[in-house]
Amino acid sequence: MKLIILDHYFQASEWAAKYIRNRIIQFNPGPDKYFTLGLPTGSTPLGCYKKLIEYYKNGDLSFKYVKTFNMDEYVGLPRDHPESYHSFMWNNFFKDIDIHPDNTHILNGNAADLQAECDAFEEKIKAAGGIELFVGGIGPDGHIAFNEPGSSLLSRTRVKTLAMDTILANARFFDGDLTQVPTMALTVGVGTVMDAREVMILITGAHKAFALYKAIEEGVNHMWTVSAFQQHPRTVFVCDEDATLELKVKTVKYFKGLMLVHNKLVDPLYSIKEKEIEKSQSSKKPYSD
Amino acid sequence: MELGMCGAASQCPPLSHREDLWVRGGRILDPEKLFFEERRVADEQRDCGGRILAPGFIDVQINGGFGIDFSQATEDVGAGVALVARRILSHGVTSFCPTLVTSPPEVYHKVLPQIPVKSGGPHGAGVLGVHLEGPFISREKRGAHPEAHLCSFEANAFQDVLATYGPLDNVRIVTLAPELGRSHEVIQALTAHGICVSLGHSVADLRAAEEAVRSGATFITHLFNAMLPFHHRDPGIVGLLTSDQLPPGRCIFYGMIADGMHTNPAALRIAHRAHPQGLVLVTDAVPALGLGNGRHTLGQQEVEVDGLTAYIAGTKTLCGSIAPMDVCVRHFLQATGCSVESALEAASLHPAQLLGLEKRKGTLDFGADADFVVLDDSLHVQATYISGELVWQAEEARQ
Repeated sequence: MKLIILDHYFQASEWAAKYIRNRIIQFNPGPDKYFTLGLPTGSTPLGCYKKLIEYYKNGDLSFKYVKTFNMDEYVGLPRDHPESYHSFMWNNFFKDIDIHPDNTHILNGNAADLQAECDAFEEKIKAAGGIELFVGGIGPDGHIAFNEPGSSLLSRTRVKTLAMDTILANARFFDGDLTQVPTMALTVGVGTVMDAREVMILITGAHKAFALYKAIEEGVNHMWTVSAFQQHPRTVFVCDEDATLELKVKTVKYFKGLMLVHNKLVDPLYSIKEKEIEKSQSSKKPYSD
Repeated sequence: MELGMCGAASQCPPLSHREDLWVRGGRILDPEKLFFEERRVADEQRDCGGRILAPGFIDVQINGGFGIDFSQATEDVGAGVALVARRILSHGVTSFCPTLVTSPPEVYHKVLPQIPVKSGGPHGAGVLGVHLEGPFISREKRGAHPEAHLCSFEANAFQDVLATYGPLDNVRIVTLAPELGRSHEVIQALTAHGICVSLGHSVADLRAAEEAVRSGATFITHLFNAMLPFHHRDPGIVGLLTSDQLPPGRCIFYGMIADGMHTNPAALRIAHRAHPQGLVLVTDAVPALGLGNGRHTLGQQEVEVDGLTAYIAGTKTLCGSIAPMDVCVRHFLQATGCSVESALEAASLHPAQLLGLEKRKGTLDFGADADFVVLDDSLHVQATYISGELVWQAEEARQ
């Protein structure tokens, strides 16, 4: 496991975006070889999406040969509702990049047969060759996607009833009206994310500090589903200083001491503008622990 | 065809923000729907270089231009309207109401059928319907309207109107003086025909004006001009801007000639600050609009054009406004210090609302007609689009 600690939200977002950029470019995707990317919604990844859009607009990165799979979507919320995750992805990412609509995948929370929709989603991931990099965020209770506390760590994509904590937290997006907040969602399972070849979790803010502590300093526990990634061979946690408040000084110092090494993952920062130059040089593999 | 326009779109609501504008089949398209439902991308993209995209301007009062006088009963009024329609594309105007001043009945009967409602396109700005200014107006406040042809409708009310104008199919706005007897009957009848009634060339006091609004009037023709001056004990028609006697929810609109000549900037500011949502920029342009500097013969009149002013030749008497719409927008912005969005809305959204066209015109909302202008930061028109088609482009933008 890598734990990347940056000063603030902005730096953490930028680091994550740079990492995604380097991974996509080094993968060298093409018409026969798509880079498969798992994506989250919520406020945490917003800064990361902004940076990725900036890279695209500057001509450094393209999503032409990227397939995306989103983690979750509400059940019964119209697709064009401003709080739907379709709307979120469109407004905060897709509309500003060159991704083809056919290459984006978001669970349909209005499908007639919800479980069939979930099963089909798993199939689509499989057909795309599995997920190369799954990016996620977590809730203050340590949930990844909508895998609420107590979710099986082997769970697959399925219909999930939301925890009261999540519903209450989401009420602010629905004019504070609890009756308007969806109570069910479709979500990838912990097992689905575990199958990805690499997982990157963004955790920022003091309110997520206890969840980060549970994620990395305590044991694997289905009440803190994000802790499952302790058993994933390639996991990167990207956080800001505030999110480390509940960690041991020893843990923080250890990982901060590694930043010199970890920063090599994003420095040099690759660009498709220089892809040709890059190819002629000896292959540079990302740092691996 | 899907067309993605990259630029900063001005919209209400929300106001301006950096956004792509999508067009298909002449309408503004919701790209999110296209993305998720049809799973399609733009067929063609045009880079607007970060310029401002705004709804096309709508001029609800223009008497002519480029030497053409709409009120001249010629055999080919249509050709004159078409010429003006084409030339005002360069002013960012995408639709307009050709305006006829007070004329004898035979002129209306001859001219009106020749100016049908017409969609815009490369041939010119769309015609939304004719604005009939007079002849049912006040003798005292007739301005340049010929006294001999003024009428009243005391005898047969709406029947007199029909007898004067003939069929009203091509008519969109009628300016009348509400103090004329039986005006409320006429206002009600015109409104029932879907015609917008405007108050102007009038000596009405505020009570009469409020009465007219209750009967259905929604517009004031060139505020301050050709009406009683504002008086604190009887503010007259001007008082409608802040009246509390209007039907609930009713927005009264008022035309303003913001050419820097016909309305003092201070008066413009007073009106704007009192009632910004109702302000409609109009050119009220005369046939000398668009003619270069120098002396021109227009009908029986010799006119001397000098920049934005047109004088009766050899005198210092103004003979009407010749400021193009884009000049009015810029002057209005500068004079009132309002936001760029407000200035643009006064020339687009407000006239569309006045005519009940706000779902289709005067907005860049999804589903609206793709009539828009591309403007630089100083609001000079770079290109004009109607139904998603480029219909005019500035010289410097062509390179």
